[in-house]
Amino acid sequence: MTSPLQQKLKINGPTVITANRLGDGVVVWLRADGSWSLDIGDAAVVTTSTEALRLLGIANADENRAVGAYPAPVVLDAAGLPRPANLRERIRVGGPTVALPGAA
Amino acid sequence: MPLVKTGVVIADPFVTVADDAALPDAPALVSAARLLAEGEALLAHAHPVGVIWPNNKDVLELAPFIGRLALVALVFPKFRDGRAYTQARLLRERLGFTGELRATGNVLRDQFLLMVRCGFDALDVAKDSDAAAVEKELHSYSVFYQPTGDGRPTPLRARLGARPA
Amino acid sequence: MYIYDEFDRTFLHERVNEFRDQVVRRLSGELSEEEFKPLRLMNGVYLQLHAYMLRIAIPYGTLSAAQMRALAHVARRYDRGYGHFTTRQNIQFNWIKLDELPDAMADLAAAGMHGLQTSGNCIRNTTTDQWAAATPEEIEDPRLYAEIIRQWSTLHPEFTYLPRKFKIAITAAKHDRAAIRVHDIGLRLYRKDGQTGFEVIVGGGLGRTPFIGKTVREFLPREHLLSYLEAILRTYNAGGRRDNIYKARIKIQVHEIGTEEFSRRVEEEWAQLKDGALTLDDAALDAIRAHFQVPDFEALEDGGPELAAAKADPAFARWYANAVAPHRVPGHAIVTLSLKPVGGPPGDATADQMDAIADLADRYAYGEIRVAHEQNLTLPHVRQKDLLALWQVLDAQGLATPNIGLISDIIACPGLDYCSLANARSIPLAQDLTKRFADNDRIADIGRVHLNISGCINACGHHHVGHIGILGVEKQDQEFYQITLGGKANHKAKLGELLGPAVPESEVVDVVERILDTYLELRTSPAETFIAAVQRLGIEPFKDSAYAAR
Repeated sequence: MTSPLQQKLKINGPTVITANRLGDGVVVWLRADGSWSLDIGDAAVVTTSTEALRLLGIANADENRAVGAYPAPVVLDAAGLPRPANLRERIRVGGPTVALPGAA
Repeated sequence: MPLVKTGVVIADPFVTVADDAALPDAPALVSAARLLAEGEALLAHAHPVGVIWPNNKDVLELAPFIGRLALVALVFPKFRDGRAYTQARLLRERLGFTGELRATGNVLRDQFLLMVRCGFDALDVAKDSDAAAVEKELHSYSVFYQPTGDGRPTPLRARLGARPA
Repeated sequence: MYIYDEFDRTFLHERVNEFRDQVVRRLSGELSEEEFKPLRLMNGVYLQLHAYMLRIAIPYGTLSAAQMRALAHVARRYDRGYGHFTTRQNIQFNWIKLDELPDAMADLAAAGMHGLQTSGNCIRNTTTDQWAAATPEEIEDPRLYAEIIRQWSTLHPEFTYLPRKFKIAITAAKHDRAAIRVHDIGLRLYRKDGQTGFEVIVGGGLGRTPFIGKTVREFLPREHLLSYLEAILRTYNAGGRRDNIYKARIKIQVHEIGTEEFSRRVEEEWAQLKDGALTLDDAALDAIRAHFQVPDFEALEDGGPELAAAKADPAFARWYANAVAPHRVPGHAIVTLSLKPVGGPPGDATADQMDAIADLADRYAYGEIRVAHEQNLTLPHVRQKDLLALWQVLDAQGLATPNIGLISDIIACPGLDYCSLANARSIPLAQDLTKRFADNDRIADIGRVHLNISGCINACGHHHVGHIGILGVEKQDQEFYQITLGGKANHKAKLGELLGPAVPESEVVDVVERILDTYLELRTSPAETFIAAVQRLGIEPFKDSAYAAR
């Protein structure tokens, strides 16, 4: 694997690190202390590629807890908390946009 | 990296020799380029000679040397790159190679059985912990659906054999 | 049904144990994710947006009622009560947990099922005609050969780490329901001079570089099937590109070196393999054939009084005309179950529906079920006298929408609602389209139209070969859809032609409607199908109307 420090990463605006939990695949976000949260609101928000790469390095080194880590764009809500900034991330936070079969 | 041959960890008797170095007073493992360049002269060495054969080179080029090579080392640059499986079967089943067929590179336990079925009898295991698992892995299956040079019967033939005539 | 014996059961048990051990080693950190990923994929386990996904193989699309109940059990016990039938005759579950997967697989293995080789760079599930052994048009049951290929390809030691995935499809009928010309290898079984054999087609495929397959051998006597496949796979494994994942499929190899050179290499290799251990003699074929249980068909006449009486109900008559096809055995019929209800996700079935279908199969269809690549289900052997009773239950279960082969019988991938590769959603668009085309008279008047939706260029929804193809793309975080016309997946397979610029999600349904209105206006008579009209007229008139309102 290429060292995260050698990777180039371009980010535009506030960014968080997200992944899926190893044991059950649930979506998780990286906190500033290097632990994982089920709530995007807890995620550490960075705004430079250097910071994003540093966090991504922490995430990738923790692949026994979470896998497939990548930087995801966020917007900050009125309370200053990160919220998903694109459709893909909104779906990862909120689940499928369609009613699940049998749920009706 | 432990070398496991027919299920047992052994010391590697072969010395890997650089292309511009003289052959040692020991079994020698040379590059494909050197074997093809020096051919007969190299095989006249007083000790066994083996070759490291890259996975993008046609193994049928080894035909002129096959009876005098003691070892062919095939390469898995990544375990996901499966070209050496085809090379191994061609060496064993097409060229009738009977010397040591060694898997080298990213050789991991979850592929041991596939390798052995294709004709490898020596595994240059990438992780120490995997070397202890060779026996377990080689016995993880008892049913094999396709015939290879290892001669194991397939269910198709076993069913026929089991049927009264 | 192919009945597994002790060998097959032992193998599945060993496979479950192997995977259980691999999961333990991954969870303990002994295996890295990089090492584990190809192993889990080879067992059908993906990591998608919200969770792991398990894809379960349904070999050549044939299921027993008991196996359908096992799927319902997995849906309830390990997932969220539903599953999604795919275009490769498999089923996938969207919410499985890695740490529960070995148990789920053990439960499946008890019913003779598994996720083996439903993903990864290996030989995948061999697909075939969902009407196999039921349709009067075929010369022999193609599943016999699909099963032979299944056995040969299962954990093939030489071909488990190919350059890329490898898909084989086979048909024995003149009308190709298996889309063999868009597979890595397509096999057409036919008779020539009293011999049974195959036309061998290589290098078809969709994805970002779609190709229609090329015939590399006009006729291959059936006894040579496996040695010839081994020669093709060996040629590919040794020479297929591994430098670029997007150029690693066999279609690119065939394209780059040319069909003639590819064919020459295969023939050269085959000359060495021919008549060896892979030869399929009559004893071997009979041994496989003996494992297929043929239903003990009741002696009946076609068109009995029960059926005639049932047709008095116009709703039944409509469904009958749409979803029921002739059977090779008198007094029987092939029935297609629509998994495309108005407003529903295409191809999804709930656990309750699966159980209901299993019960219906037991009661009316000799216990056998098929999965069609169009993401519908088929009961291949139904007694005609039972059709009314069957229809009543199907209707109550939402499985009798009379839209088979019509505009609302949409093929769609899971799209961005589930899939980590997708650029746009597929399901909501399919739902909106089925709602717009909910009127049964209207869709029957429009007639046969295949509309296929993919949420990204990987083309799981087969958009290239839809009469109308829709491809989701993303532009500045907005969903847009490209539309193609004129694609076909059958024996005259053809790739669709791009109509024009991509349209935003909100306009797609209107554009499709205008395309169909144009067809209704321009068709020579109702006998001229949509695809025939597109072929006659070209895409221009449709392009003009599609973009007229913009």
